[in-house]
Amino acid sequence: MSFDGALVAFGIVAAVAIVASLGVVLARSVVSAAVSLVISLMAVAGVYVLLLADFLALVQVLIYGGAVTILLLFALMLSRTGRDSGLTTRHRPIATVAGLATAIFLGWAIVATNWFALPYAQLQRVELPIIGTALFSTWALPFEVVSLVLLVALIGAAVIARTGDAP
Amino acid sequence: MIPLEAVAGLSAVLFAIGLYGVLARRNAVLILLAVEVMLNAVALNFLGFGAFRGDLTGQVVAIFVICVAAAEVGLALGILLRLHRNRQTVDIDRLDELKW
Repeated sequence: MSFDGALVAFGIVAAVAIVASLGVVLARSVVSAAVSLVISLMAVAGVYVLLLADFLALVQVLIYGGAVTILLLFALMLSRTGRDSGLTTRHRPIATVAGLATAIFLGWAIVATNWFALPYAQLQRVELPIIGTALFSTWALPFEVVSLVLLVALIGAAVIARTGDAP
Repeated sequence: MIPLEAVAGLSAVLFAIGLYGVLARRNAVLILLAVEVMLNAVALNFLGFGAFRGDLTGQVVAIFVICVAAAEVGLALGILLRLHRNRQTVDIDRLDELKW
């Protein structure tokens, strides 16, 4: 078997993503959980690059790694109660069983699938103008709906979080 | 070349980890963090299948997933701040008025 650089890189990035995600759900302090989330998101952005989706990797780094993480850190800082003890519920065994069951079920579905029957295409980089054209022609209506969702969420968050009595 | 099975497997593992986090955490912000892990796994799955089929749809849907996640986080931050101001806690085990 020949040396496959992309596969090795994928293995490394996937391992980082899995370990960092475990850090998100197992960390004993809220700040290390948030930092683990950043590492996990960046590792997934690396997977996007390996799948030749450069634009999506850029979006992931800018929106997830930048904006979303900052918002989450703000939420963590502003909602501190002073004591970090007890970050997990007493339902932890149930959660473990549910997580493992999901992993086993999805893993079984992956193993049971005949992947060679699928119509494979060669991985190829999609140029940015093509994505832009698709977004504003085929996907124009969903795109506008997403814009509206963002606007409504923005106004809603501002109204909910502002000081003083709600109207 | 990266096999599609590996991408689907990574996505499945991340999704399961996120699900565990959603169920096991009691701080509402940490639940939100775990939800982000799950959403990310879903976007990765969309992109993986789209890329290996030579289809742009997967990439576009993944962009939509990221946008909706951003909206969700913004809204959740507002709700959590309100909750913290009214109740001085975001511990979901102590927010049990709706339980009988």
